[in-house]
Amino acid sequence: MNETDSSANNNDEALGLRQIKAVYVYDAPVRFWHLTNGVSIVILIITGYFIGTPLPSSHQGSTEIYSMGWIRLTHFVAAYIFAIGFLGRLYWVFAGNAHAKQIFYLPIHKLRWWGEVIFELKWYMFMVKQPKKYIAHNPLARVMMFTFAVWGSIYMILTGFALYSEGEGSGHWSDICFGWILDLSGGSMATHSLHRIGMWVTLIFATIHTYAAIREDIVSRQSILATMSSGWRTFRD
Amino acid sequence: MNETFYDVLRRQGISRRSFLKFCSLTAASLGLGNTFAPKIANAMETKPRTPVIWLHGLECTCCSESFIRSAHPLTKDVVLSMLSLDYDDTLMAAAGHQAEAIIEQVKSKYDGNYIVAVEGNPPLAEDGMFCIHGGRPFLEVLKETCAGAKAIISWGSCAAYGCVQAAKPNPTQATPIHKVISDKPIIKVPGCPPIAEVMTGVIAYILTFDRLPELDRQGRPKMFYGQRIHDKCYRRGHFDAGQFAEIWDDEASRKGYCLYKVGCKGPTTYNACSSMRWNGGISWPVQSGHGCIGCSEDGFWDKGSFYDRIVGMDNFGIEASADRVGGPVAGVVAGAIATHAVVTALSRSKKKSD
Repeated sequence: MNETDSSANNNDEALGLRQIKAVYVYDAPVRFWHLTNGVSIVILIITGYFIGTPLPSSHQGSTEIYSMGWIRLTHFVAAYIFAIGFLGRLYWVFAGNAHAKQIFYLPIHKLRWWGEVIFELKWYMFMVKQPKKYIAHNPLARVMMFTFAVWGSIYMILTGFALYSEGEGSGHWSDICFGWILDLSGGSMATHSLHRIGMWVTLIFATIHTYAAIREDIVSRQSILATMSSGWRTFRD
Repeated sequence: MNETFYDVLRRQGISRRSFLKFCSLTAASLGLGNTFAPKIANAMETKPRTPVIWLHGLECTCCSESFIRSAHPLTKDVVLSMLSLDYDDTLMAAAGHQAEAIIEQVKSKYDGNYIVAVEGNPPLAEDGMFCIHGGRPFLEVLKETCAGAKAIISWGSCAAYGCVQAAKPNPTQATPIHKVISDKPIIKVPGCPPIAEVMTGVIAYILTFDRLPELDRQGRPKMFYGQRIHDKCYRRGHFDAGQFAEIWDDEASRKGYCLYKVGCKGPTTYNACSSMRWNGGISWPVQSGHGCIGCSEDGFWDKGSFYDRIVGMDNFGIEASADRVGGPVAGVVAGAIATHAVVTALSRSKKKSD
């Protein structure tokens, strides 16, 4: 009984995992969100980095170039895609299948689940030889997704749109909805710094996320990368 | 019947022509249309004058220095005669007990109908002994004087946010006015100092319209603090073009490029410097080649270097910034991942060979 589904907590006999070779996990909106989210995060990190520490100056006529303007516009457009995508994904928590809810809460009241988290930690620390099989996210991945993909996104959307509202001015919807964050966080400069730290945290999370996905795809007993493009999870043994 | 502003002006020998000119200038400097000039004139002709008591706590008097340099409207013509600044220990002729008696007079005669303008702030440590006003702690004088006030103006960053004397570690526990007085409308006019025309503009608005100007979430008048320095900066074109001074004496700084990279706080500072400028519109910090230091922002002394864009944050130890923390941590994580990948590959090959 070493193969356990993380959310259902049933043993594999009951689930019949030995018979099941493929499960449809990520439905199309989730996969589409993952794609736009990933692309927008990459764009946001690159443009955001250069907004804080701009590229070397060009000495052409100032009227002919608009490099900082384009970088900022790209950042804002990507931010809108990121934020609207997140809202869409929130909707899909209720409209989608059971797996669409998984990363939005943690079953912290279940002792069994914590055991699974520790098992996964041991697996990543090379203390366990044989990994388990999971239909959706493994429990450790779920903790990461809940913390960074959900709350990290909310944090970046809140601080980001608060900064955006400064340019739009008082009375703009972004000021009405997010302007209070500037006062809560201790002013404009402090919010810039907090947003910048969020960028580094996101970069670190994205790096670990990408590595873990590729690694699991190679060494675990289920498909990872193909699952996020087709939606189907397949098992190797 | 109390005197009106107009009575006071005529008594001071100001002609009606000069008076109407002042009304037009005030309307213009408040950003109002020309139809407001007669309204201001009417208000000043009919409304009883509102006395202003100007208190000084822990401060450097830079607010007063700025205030007396107001050009539009001229302080000489307008402020000293029209605003009926009944008490200001720095500017008034009376001294000692005669001066202090004026506060009592105003308090009894105009109870609930005078304005207290506070420059500086009270220190709370040691029962307020770090600032003594007329032999008593300033904290006491402030609370007593504000008790009968209609509204309070917090002049400058000291009164509005605490400024330098409240910077860490704040040994005297200097405290901004709104944390000491909670039962009166308080209007914050931050800046170190605030622009002269902003100060006279705010006070003229309150007296002529008999109400506070529209305030933002932090209690600052929107008409002067509604936008950032950056939004109206004449160097903004260079910012959008990505043209920045890298160091203070490079070609870019001589060409007048944007000072963002050398730490200009224009993008994070709400004030009217870039539109109203200083000293009657002659110049202002960025025009003179130095970045904005963000003097009208809350706690600007504790918000990192004036010369960095990615500023230090106290939370991570001395002189640590988001990039100086985030960059190395990202590097360490990348290294850890590489190591983890190698170990994974090794253990996998070992497992296969088994």
